[in-house]
Amino acid sequence: MASPTPQRRPIPLAIALDGPPVTGRPAAPERFDASGHLRLVRLAERGTLDFVTLGDAFGRPGPDALAVLSRVAPATARIGLVPTVTTTHTEPFHVATSIATLDWVSGGRAGWQPEVSLSAAEAALFGRRPAPAPDAAWREAGEVAEVAARLWDSWEDDAEIRDRAGGRFIDRDKLHYADYAGEFFSVRGPSIVPRPPQGRPPVVIDATGSGPEGATVRQVAAAHADVALVRAQDPGTASAARDDLRSRARALGRDPDRLLVLASVEIELYASGDAVALAELIGDWYADGAADGFHLRPAEPARDLGLLVDGTVPVLQHRCLLRRFYPGATLREHLGLPRPANRYARAREVSR
Amino acid sequence: MTAAPHPSDPSTPRQIHLAAHFPGVNNTTVWDDAPPATGRGAARHPSLGSQIRFDSFVHLARTAERGLFDFFFLAEGLRLREHKGRIHDLDVVGRPESLTVLTALAAVTDRLGLAATVNATFNEPYELARRLSSLDHLSDGRAAWNVVTTSDAFTGENFRRGGYLDRADRYARAAEFVAAARELWDSWSGPAPEPVRHRGAHFDLTGPFTLPRSPQGHPVIIQAGDSPEGRDFAAATADVIFTRHSGLAAGQAFYADVKGRLAAHGRRPDDLKIMPGVTFVLGDTAAEAQEHAAEIRRRQISPQNALLAAEQIWGADLSGYDPDGPLPDIDPDPHSELAQGRVKIADPAAVVAKWRALSQAKGLSLRETVIETTGRQSFVGTPQAVAAEMDEFVRARAADGFILVPHLTPNGLDPFVDRVVPLLQERGVFRTEYTGSTLRSHLGLPEAVTPVWQGEAS
Ligand SMILES: Cc1cc2nc3c(=O)[nH]c(=O)nc-3n(C[C@H](O)[C@H](O)[C@H](O)COP(=O)(O)O)c2cc1C
Repeated sequence: MASPTPQRRPIPLAIALDGPPVTGRPAAPERFDASGHLRLVRLAERGTLDFVTLGDAFGRPGPDALAVLSRVAPATARIGLVPTVTTTHTEPFHVATSIATLDWVSGGRAGWQPEVSLSAAEAALFGRRPAPAPDAAWREAGEVAEVAARLWDSWEDDAEIRDRAGGRFIDRDKLHYADYAGEFFSVRGPSIVPRPPQGRPPVVIDATGSGPEGATVRQVAAAHADVALVRAQDPGTASAARDDLRSRARALGRDPDRLLVLASVEIELYASGDAVALAELIGDWYADGAADGFHLRPAEPARDLGLLVDGTVPVLQHRCLLRRFYPGATLREHLGLPRPANRYARAREVSR
Repeated sequence: MTAAPHPSDPSTPRQIHLAAHFPGVNNTTVWDDAPPATGRGAARHPSLGSQIRFDSFVHLARTAERGLFDFFFLAEGLRLREHKGRIHDLDVVGRPESLTVLTALAAVTDRLGLAATVNATFNEPYELARRLSSLDHLSDGRAAWNVVTTSDAFTGENFRRGGYLDRADRYARAAEFVAAARELWDSWSGPAPEPVRHRGAHFDLTGPFTLPRSPQGHPVIIQAGDSPEGRDFAAATADVIFTRHSGLAAGQAFYADVKGRLAAHGRRPDDLKIMPGVTFVLGDTAAEAQEHAAEIRRRQISPQNALLAAEQIWGADLSGYDPDGPLPDIDPDPHSELAQGRVKIADPAAVVAKWRALSQAKGLSLRETVIETTGRQSFVGTPQAVAAEMDEFVRARAADGFILVPHLTPNGLDPFVDRVVPLLQERGVFRTEYTGSTLRSHLGLPEAVTPVWQGEAS
């Protein structure tokens, strides 16, 4: 069964800010501050893009991606902020509370891209265990996404009651143990952080799945992602991956329309003509039903982003494919993804 | 012949260091005059009193920076406290992850130090060293790390490692953790990173660090822990101690003890700042301040909280007792597991005896006894009196400064900054502007140097 053709207006559009580390001060290139990234995120916000992704790995030079985007959050207003936080070698509890905190400090603009660490060199930085096999690492990433979702839900939205007469700050019946025990770790809960503004910050997973672990990666994305990225050089590849992800999501009992599949495309823009050509390409792929939206990966963000915002975005806006302002406040609102119901609140309603 | 003033002469003025503690997840924080920050009441009062919304953090941090404070401090608790097997519901609860919120605060402050409490038992050196160095880079040299250790398996249930470590192992791990972190922080001092090779009883890590030496060299290291092991750890490696010894005599004894341990580690007394956590209440007159303080204590110790405080000491369910009645007539159970996630009371029988004596002498109810024994604020008086007393504490070497814990979120520090800071400045014991840009410079600490790690303490 062919998947329904995407018909979101505006088209979700995101940008990767990876590339060479940005140092803010030419005079002291050995120091990293946030000014380079801040300039780029503000530019992307001027183009009303939905979100930026910032990749990370333990061996990547520069400050960690979560820190950079936390530093950027108060200095921006609307754009979604999606750092990579690795699930291998890290504590799932810290990962979940950090992303929840990014959502609090950004007023509901956080997302999270889980990634795995597969190299022996990175494993040696921890010295706790050898590098995992790719398939196991992705199964573990799925477990971390599952436990994060449970921890984010572990406080119901109205758990804080400040009941003066009863002396109670919270209604503890509205706090829940995650009680997760999986193949790789267990976590008791509840979270130490109240439910974040978006309920659950969107999870973005690179579901290209080109290696032998591809099926596992796709399955993890189908189960846990709100946004799946699929690296593709032609619309056929993107569309096939989208069909696959949607059918996996359906088989898992999910509404496939709650899983946005974005074609992740590498771009290099040298002149405004390139920017217009990119708008054409986006429009064509979209019309072909290749993807629900786009995640652009500039070869050089500092160069390409300006041309994108001043060249590609206006063309797409003119064709009514992109918005001209942010009507919503949160990343979920930008993406048209509803704020998720709390699983524990639902369970409590049902058992009543 | 007139002698030069002796350095410990209490008539010699000494500069005071000040820090602001975000109100805690405990009954010091009064919450009952503010509507909920999340849930139903939230929309109507978007910022008032929230313990979690970012604007509360921004307000307190900016107030501290307006008052030229050395640093802003966040505590950490990695498992919600429980009582009688259920989540404790009487106090403020719920807070952000420290490093993320401090990195965000770096965007809205310029000079204020940013101190995160982070556990050394449930983290790994490479990752935490990277996160702390990131904060130091992104804040231009304002990061601090309060190194705490956890003793209970209860908290371990949230982590891969699970379990817990006994005290000796906790501090051995913490010391090796800090040593490994310093090796990583130092490893990129030249044009390119030098791979680190750290091998010890607790950690075995190899590879290059991904950040050049940060603006402070090393983030400021804070220690909070009171045992002899904790004090030695601080003497060996910390820049600041956060202590509970806030009384004059207890403070002087602690101060002398800890500073006395420094020489053995080749350090000078000024290399380690001692900062007790303190509370304060101001009034236009002494009587008004006392009255206000008593009122705050009554609000901190609700009838429910009084009963709970007693249950923690007795180690028994006291729900049948009236908080406004007499003390329970039963003996405490020293082996109780009633309270989880709190510091254990060492000698409950002694506490009960003290409470009984007080209750009898003054004719106090259970709740009044709790209010009388546990709720004391450190500094109560007019702004003039509080400024004078703080000055005296520091001159008398009971402290090098204070970590102020306001009882209201987020406005609790405002009166102190507005009314006491100018008086400290008039006395010439507190800065009138920031002279440096890094937290190390505010604290008058020497450049970060890496002590040679000598392996496991023998
Ligand atoms: C003033 C003070 C503040 C503390 N703050 C924290 C905290 O925020 N989080 C935490 O996990 N432990 C905190 N601790 C606990 C210590 O890290 C340590 O675990 C505890 O004091 C037991 O160590 P000890 O046996 O050396 O005293 C604090 C301790 C003190 C004295």
